[in-house]
Amino acid sequence: MDSHSLKPILACAASLLAVIPIVAFRRRPNLREASTFIAAVVKFGIVLSMLPVVLAGGTINCTVWEVLPNVSIAFRVDSFGMLFALVASSLWIVTTLYAIGYMRGLKEHSQTRFFAFFAIALSATLGVAFSANLLTMYVFYEILSLSTYPLVTHHQDREARSGGRTYLTYLLGTSVGFALPAMIYCYTRTGGDMAFSGAGALAGQVEPGVAGILLLLLVFGFSKGGLMPFHSWLPGAMVAPTPVSALLHAVAVVKVGVFCIFRVFTGVFGVGFLQEIGVANIISFVAAFTVVVSSLIALSQDSLKRRLAFSTIGQLAYITLGVSLLAPKGVTGSQMHIAMHAFGKITLFFCAGAIFEATGKKYISEMVGLGKRMPLTMAAFTIGAMSVVGLPLAGGLLSKFYLVMGTVEARQFGMTAVYLLSSLLNACYFFPIVFNAFFRKPENPDFKEVKEAHPCCVAALCVTAVCSVLLFFCPDPFFSLASLTTENSFAPIVGD
Amino acid sequence: MADHAPAILLIAPLFAAILVSLAGIRRPARRRIPAAPSDEPTIGGKPFESSEFPQFKEDKVCFMLTLAALTVSLVAALTMLGQVIEGGAIRYFVGNWSAPLGIGIELRVDHINALVLVMISTVALLAAFYSHHRVEEETSGRTSQYYTMFLLCAMGLMGMTVTGDAFNLYVLLEVAALSGYALVAMGDKRASVAAFNYIIIGTIGASFYLLGVGYLYIKTGSLNMIGIREIIAEQGLAESKTIQVAFILILVGVFIKMAFFPLYAWLPNAYTHAPSTSACLMAPLVTKVSIYIMVRMMLTVFGPSFAFDAIGWGDAVVLLAAIGIIASSLIALAQTELKKMLCFLVVAEVGYMVGGAWLANHHGMVGAIYHILSDGLMTLCMFLGASILLFKTRQTSISGLVDLYRKMPLTMAAFTLGMLSMIGVPPTCGFFSKYFLIRGGIEAGQWLYVVALLFSSLVNAILFFRIIEKAFFGELPAAETGHGHAAQGHHKDEASVIDEAPLSMVAPLAIAAVGLLFIGLNTREIVTVIEQTLNVLALTGGGG
Repeated sequence: MDSHSLKPILACAASLLAVIPIVAFRRRPNLREASTFIAAVVKFGIVLSMLPVVLAGGTINCTVWEVLPNVSIAFRVDSFGMLFALVASSLWIVTTLYAIGYMRGLKEHSQTRFFAFFAIALSATLGVAFSANLLTMYVFYEILSLSTYPLVTHHQDREARSGGRTYLTYLLGTSVGFALPAMIYCYTRTGGDMAFSGAGALAGQVEPGVAGILLLLLVFGFSKGGLMPFHSWLPGAMVAPTPVSALLHAVAVVKVGVFCIFRVFTGVFGVGFLQEIGVANIISFVAAFTVVVSSLIALSQDSLKRRLAFSTIGQLAYITLGVSLLAPKGVTGSQMHIAMHAFGKITLFFCAGAIFEATGKKYISEMVGLGKRMPLTMAAFTIGAMSVVGLPLAGGLLSKFYLVMGTVEARQFGMTAVYLLSSLLNACYFFPIVFNAFFRKPENPDFKEVKEAHPCCVAALCVTAVCSVLLFFCPDPFFSLASLTTENSFAPIVGD
Repeated sequence: MADHAPAILLIAPLFAAILVSLAGIRRPARRRIPAAPSDEPTIGGKPFESSEFPQFKEDKVCFMLTLAALTVSLVAALTMLGQVIEGGAIRYFVGNWSAPLGIGIELRVDHINALVLVMISTVALLAAFYSHHRVEEETSGRTSQYYTMFLLCAMGLMGMTVTGDAFNLYVLLEVAALSGYALVAMGDKRASVAAFNYIIIGTIGASFYLLGVGYLYIKTGSLNMIGIREIIAEQGLAESKTIQVAFILILVGVFIKMAFFPLYAWLPNAYTHAPSTSACLMAPLVTKVSIYIMVRMMLTVFGPSFAFDAIGWGDAVVLLAAIGIIASSLIALAQTELKKMLCFLVVAEVGYMVGGAWLANHHGMVGAIYHILSDGLMTLCMFLGASILLFKTRQTSISGLVDLYRKMPLTMAAFTLGMLSMIGVPPTCGFFSKYFLIRGGIEAGQWLYVVALLFSSLVNAILFFRIIEKAFFGELPAAETGHGHAAQGHHKDEASVIDEAPLSMVAPLAIAAVGLLFIGLNTREIVTVIEQTLNVLALTGGGG
C-alpha cells in the first residue's frame, strides 16, 4: 500500500518554482499573475493526482534528504495530510483570483514581492501537510513563519511594523522556545526518526510525567494554532492585505498550527498512549477556555477583520478541543472542521476585503445597509457566517455535529456545553452584521455610489460560498479522508 | 605533489608573503617605469605585466599573489581532506626528519582538522577577494605591507591547525597573533589603542600556553603531540600534578586567545576598529582556530579521559559557557553599532563551542566541531555583510540601515541568509549545530546550557529582526499613518535605483551565504567525517 513517488516534492516545489517567473515578469503584471495561476493549478493537479492512492488507504513516501543517520527530511502523504493539502491548494487558486482583483483594485505597491512570498508560503504549507516526521514538520513550520512576515507587513507602515513584531515574537518565540527543545528531546530519547505513526512515535518511550511536559511544550510551541495565551499574534497580523488574511490567517498559517497539534496528538504520542497517561485533559481545558473567551472578545470588536480574527481563534480551538478529547468522532470532527471552517472563513474574509475595496470601510458600525448595494458579497457573507456558526445547508454543520458527538462519546458533557454556547455566541457576533446589511437603511449618503467590488473579488467569494454549501451536501472527499485518519489513529487501540 | 599537500598548504602563503613584501620595496622607485626585474613572480599561471598601469601595478600584483597563494592552500586543504577520508590520518614529517621523540617537525592531518583547514582556507580566500576594493583606502596605501600581514596571519592560523608539535604550535600562534596585531592596528583612529590592548592580553594568553608546554616538556621530554600522549599513557602520568597544571595553563592560554567569557575584553574593540578586511579574516578564524586547539589538546594530547576525569572542570566550564552565552547575548542586545554587536555575538558563539566540547559526550563534541566549521562561515558572512553595508551607507550604527532591501537586494538577501543561520533556522547550518549542541546538553543533563542556547537563539532573533525591520520598512513618516494606503511615500521611492556594492565585494558574501546552506545540507556527510576521528578516540557516550 505504501508507494514511492516524487509527487510530494513536486507538489511542494510547484509554487516555489513559480517564484522565478513571478520575479522575471515583474514588469508585466499579466504574465506575472498568469504564472501564479498556472502554478496554483498545477499544484492542485498534482495533489489531486495523489488522491486515489490515499483514498484507497495507501500512502506515498519520499525521502528528500537524510540529514543524519535516522534523522531525515521526508514526505509521506497520508489521509490527513491529503485533506489539508487539498484544502490549501484548492483555495490558493481562488485566492489568487481574489488577490488579483484586490491588489489591482487598490493599486497596492510591491505586488511582485507579494505574489512571490505568497508562493513560497504555499510551498511551506504543503511541506507541513506532507511531512513524514517531526523534524520535517518543524522545518517547514519555521519557513512558513518567516516567509509570511513580508506579507503581514506588506503596507510597511507603523501599524504593519508593530503587527509584524508581534507576529514573529509569538511565532518564533514559542517555536524556538518550546517546540524546538521538546523536539530535540524526543529525538534524544527515541534515537529514532520520530516518523508519525498511528501508534505514536513516542508511545511507551517516555515516562508519563515527561510526556505531559513534552505534550504541553509541543502544543504551545506550535502557536500558529492560536491557543490562548499565545493567540495575540493573529489579531495583530490582521494589518496584512486581505488576501493574506484570507488564505494565510484563515487557512494556511493557522491551519498549519492546528495541523501540527493534531499530528502531535495522533502521530507523535498516539491516541492510545495519551489515553493511558491522561494529560490531554489539560489541553482540553485550555482549548475550551479559548473557545469561550475568544468568542466573547469577538463580540466586542468593531473592526470586521479583528472580529473575524477572534472568531478564527475560537474555531481553531474547536479543532484542538476535538482532538484532545481522544474520541473517534471528535477526531473525525476536528479534521472535517479544518476543511469546513477553511471554506467558511475564507468567504468571510473575502467579503471583508471586498467591502473595504469597494467602500473603504473596515468597521462594522459603518456597514449598515450595504446589502442592497453589494448583494452578492453580503449573500456570500451570510453563507459564510452560517457555515461558521453551524447552521444547516452549510458545511460547518457537519463538522460541528461530529465534534459535539465526540464530546458525548468521551462523556465530557461540559465540553458539549462549551460547543453549544460558543455556537450561540458565533451567531451573536455574525448575524447582527447580516441584519444591519439587509434590513436597515443606509445612514451613510456615500453608499449610493457604492457598487460591487472588482469582478475578480466577487467571483472568488462566490466560488467559496458555493463550495461551503456544496460541502454540506457532499462532504467527500474530506469526510472519507477524515474517517480514514481516525481509523488509522484508533486501530492500534482496537488491536490490543 | 599530493603527498606534500600539508607542506604546500603552509608554504604557498608564506612564500607569497615574501614576494608581496618584495613587491612593496619598489615603491619609492615607482616614478620611473622600471625595466621588469628578472625575479618578477609568475604564480598560478598569471604572468606579470609590468608595462601597463604603472600606478596600480603593485596593488594588483599583491592582490593577485594573495589570491593565488590562498587558492593553492585551498586546493591543498581539499586534497588532504580527500586523502584523509580515503586513507585515514596523515603524518607528514617536514624534511623527512621522522624522529620518534619530537626532534623533527610533524604536520598531522586527521578528519577533523582537514575539515577545519578547508574552512580556514575558504574563509581566507573569500576575505582576500573582498579586500580588493577596500585595502587601498583603509590602509592609506600600504597595500603590500597589509597583504604580507594578511598572508602571514592566514598561514599562522593554518599552521596552528595542522601542526603536530606542541611547541611549533606556539610559534605559529605567535606568527598569527603578531601579524594579527598589525592587521588590527592599521584600522581607524581608535584601532591602535584596540591593537595595544589586544597585544597585551594576547601575549599573556600566549605566555600561559608556552608555560604549559614547558611543564609538559619537563615531565615527558617530548614536544610531539602524539609522543606526549603516548608517554603520558605509558608512564601513567595522568595523576601527575605537573601534567595537570600544564593542562590548566594551556587551557587558560587558549581561553584568552579565543575570548572565552569572561576573558574576552580584547575582542570587541579590536574587531570593530580594525580595517574591514582584517575583521573579515580574523573574526571568523582566530577564535575558531583557538577552539580547535582546545579540542585538539583535549582529544589528542591529553586524551578525553584525562581532560574530563582527571580534572573535574567539566561542570564549571560548561556553567561558565552558559553564563557567557547569556551575558554576551545581553550585551549584544545593548549595542547600537552593528560591528560591535556582531563582536559580542562572536563571544557568545565561543561559549557555544566551549560548552559543547566540555559536555563530555559524543553529541556535544560533534556539535562543537561542526560549529567550528559552520560558525567560521557564518561569522564571515556576517562580517562581510556588515562591512559592505557600512561601506555603502557610511554608517556604523544599526539605526542607519534603512530601506536597504530595495537598494541592495543581493547583499541583503545573502546577509539575511546569514542572519537566519545565526538564529538557527533550518536548513541552514546554524540550525544543525544548535541541534547537536542542545542534544548533547540534554544528554549530559546540563539544563542551564540548553536554556542558554535557546535564550541566545531568541536574542539573536530579536537582534536580527531589528535590522531586518529597519532595512525593510525604511524611514517611517513621523505621523501615524492609519492604513497602508496612506503610505504614499513608497510609491515615490519606487523609482530609486538599485545601488549595489562592487561585485568583488558582493560575490564573496554570496558564496559564503550559499556555503551556509551547503554545509547545512551536507550535515550528514560532514558529521560522518568528524565521527571517523572521534570514534578512534573513543569518546564516552558512543556514536549515535
